[in-house]
Amino acid sequence: MSEGSSTVPTADPAALELDGIARRFGSRWVLRGISLRLEPGTVLALTGRNGSGKTTLLRLITTAIRPTRGTGRVFGQDLVRDAAAARAAVGILAHHAGLYEDLTAGENLAFALRMYGRRADPEVIDAVLDEVGLDGERDHRVRGFSAGMRRRLALARLLLRPPRLLLLDEPYASFDVDGIQLVNRFAARTAGEGGAVIIATHELARGRGLIDRVVRIEEGRLVDRDAQQELAAEQRLAWSRLQAVEGGS
Amino acid sequence: MLATEARRVAAIAWKDATAERRSKANFNAVVFLAALILLLFGFALGPEVEALQQAAGGVIWLTVLFAGVLSFNRSYEQELENGALDMLLLYPGDRRSIFIGKLIANLAFVLLVEMILLPTAALLYDLPIARFVVPLGAVIALGTIGFVTLGTFYAAMASRLRAREVLLPLLLFPMLIPLLVAAVEATGAVLAGDAMGDAGAWMRLLVVFDVVFLVAAFLAFEYVIEG
Amino acid sequence: MSSTETAALPVRPRWHRPFGTVALLFFIAAQAFGYFATAPERDMGNLQKIMYVHVPAAWIAFIAFTVVFGASVLYLWKRHEKYDHAAASAAEVGTVLTGLTLALGSIWGRPTWGVWWTWDPRLTTTAILFLIYLSYLSLRAFTEDEERRARWSAAVGILGFLNVPIVYMSVRWWRTIHQVQSTPGTVDSDYALALRLNAFAFLFLFIYFVASRYHLARLERTLEARREEAALAGGPIHV
Repeated sequence: MSEGSSTVPTADPAALELDGIARRFGSRWVLRGISLRLEPGTVLALTGRNGSGKTTLLRLITTAIRPTRGTGRVFGQDLVRDAAAARAAVGILAHHAGLYEDLTAGENLAFALRMYGRRADPEVIDAVLDEVGLDGERDHRVRGFSAGMRRRLALARLLLRPPRLLLLDEPYASFDVDGIQLVNRFAARTAGEGGAVIIATHELARGRGLIDRVVRIEEGRLVDRDAQQELAAEQRLAWSRLQAVEGGS
Repeated sequence: MLATEARRVAAIAWKDATAERRSKANFNAVVFLAALILLLFGFALGPEVEALQQAAGGVIWLTVLFAGVLSFNRSYEQELENGALDMLLLYPGDRRSIFIGKLIANLAFVLLVEMILLPTAALLYDLPIARFVVPLGAVIALGTIGFVTLGTFYAAMASRLRAREVLLPLLLFPMLIPLLVAAVEATGAVLAGDAMGDAGAWMRLLVVFDVVFLVAAFLAFEYVIEG
Repeated sequence: MSSTETAALPVRPRWHRPFGTVALLFFIAAQAFGYFATAPERDMGNLQKIMYVHVPAAWIAFIAFTVVFGASVLYLWKRHEKYDHAAASAAEVGTVLTGLTLALGSIWGRPTWGVWWTWDPRLTTTAILFLIYLSYLSLRAFTEDEERRARWSAAVGILGFLNVPIVYMSVRWWRTIHQVQSTPGTVDSDYALALRLNAFAFLFLFIYFVASRYHLARLERTLEARREEAALAGGPIHV
């Protein structure tokens, strides 16, 4: 069942390398030994039920939390020892957008820019707002935004500093078709430019044409390869059904 | 490098202050509570003016502590609300800038409350604050800095735990006892004309307290803010 | 079970039991000596005996806190959990012993010396330290994640320790200014002996309890580690 990972030295580091990652909260083990290797240019889909550990794994990759055991590297930077450098390469579109309710869209982005050590250039802000379809909303407070609008704003914030490893946590949930296209375009661009993408989602069909690999996480463990083939087959079936319903691509 | 950090500190202070300003609810409530506490002390200790004036230093500072403690957890709540803290930790740069930024915003908040509180106290207890405005201002400033430093530090932890309303005072107040003693003595001395020159000695203690804990909290913050 | 090695349960060091017995006997002897052997009546003389209480209490509080401080610094530096165990053990034992001494002193003091409490600088400082300890333990009680608990306790322990001299200075000045009766500085040789005996007695008890508590923590951790191995059984699967 378990295979040793090949240790052929490569010139370019993998986008992500996890080795026996385990994480516990109190007495509950949420991640129980995850090993994974993701090459640059790949888009990986991470599926699994709610509570299976997807979000925890993503948070761990962003260095928000440390692993209880195991090691990990993002483009060669260790998650614990070189945390700051690892962080610089990662970006996440999280389930909770992490926006400030009482600030406007523009102010949220200005804050992000200043935290990146840059000037809060209004042209830059307008440009990204435009790209995500929020061009009229710069001076409106986030408190009044719908879920879709918040997702777009969070995406805009990511565009301010496009990450090399892009993590998307349920990006398609309660998002309209245009929004989904935005996400997919961004993901495709990231992978195309030598980065990598991990999409945690139930809705594999939404990532049609984009997803290269599928991995399933169950009770903190990655399901083995055989099941993946099954899933890939299921996925293809789901896509073809969707295509039939939507009248072709 | 330092300039970028200063910019981050400013960004965080500005963000906290703006968010607070726009949801005015909190500031008004705290000021109202402070005034209420002053009044209650008046009922508890008065109505003879001498008794109130004698206890004025203690009353003022206890009011600042009880009312002010409510504002610290709030500073972190907006980060926890939307998972903003995770985002905040993802930005490059020194995480201790988050501490300084929030410290500045909290300081502004508490000082503003005090600026309303003091005239109210002067009114209720017939205190000569106008005459001693400068030394009084110095004492208030020194005491508030120490208070806000430790408040901002401990709230980083307490705000993320279940019993946050109780845990913050529990952690904060024992540590503030030297500050309370010094601030109350200095305030009392100043308002009485400071015939013995005591206020200076107490203010020096306040300076020591402020410096020690500003440095210690600053250095320890990065261990406390991460997940 | 796929775990390759099961951690052996730590064994209680041989010196524990005999040391504990000796400490207890010494404590009884010291207390008896303090109570019976030094009984001269003076006007305020009896009040001095409060020293048998607050000096040991102050000692224990300070020593325990120093251990907490040292272990906390070591934890943040090395990140090894054993330092967290040491800090927690010292804090727990320090809190209990300090609280006990303060309470006993108060209960004892009332019929003997007529006061429940004196705002003596050392005693007051000890009481404040006691409160800081309690807040340290409360924080630990409410923080479930172990790594976070260790990190946060260490930070709080360090700051608490830094406050000790400041607390003492401020309380002492405070007392001088208000010119309440001060504790006599000079000590009769009789008193001094009883004092030192009691202080050492408490110290020995302290060491014994901390060592026991630490051992207990290590045991708990070893058992946990075994459960961890069981939970992770099956091993990581490479993808």
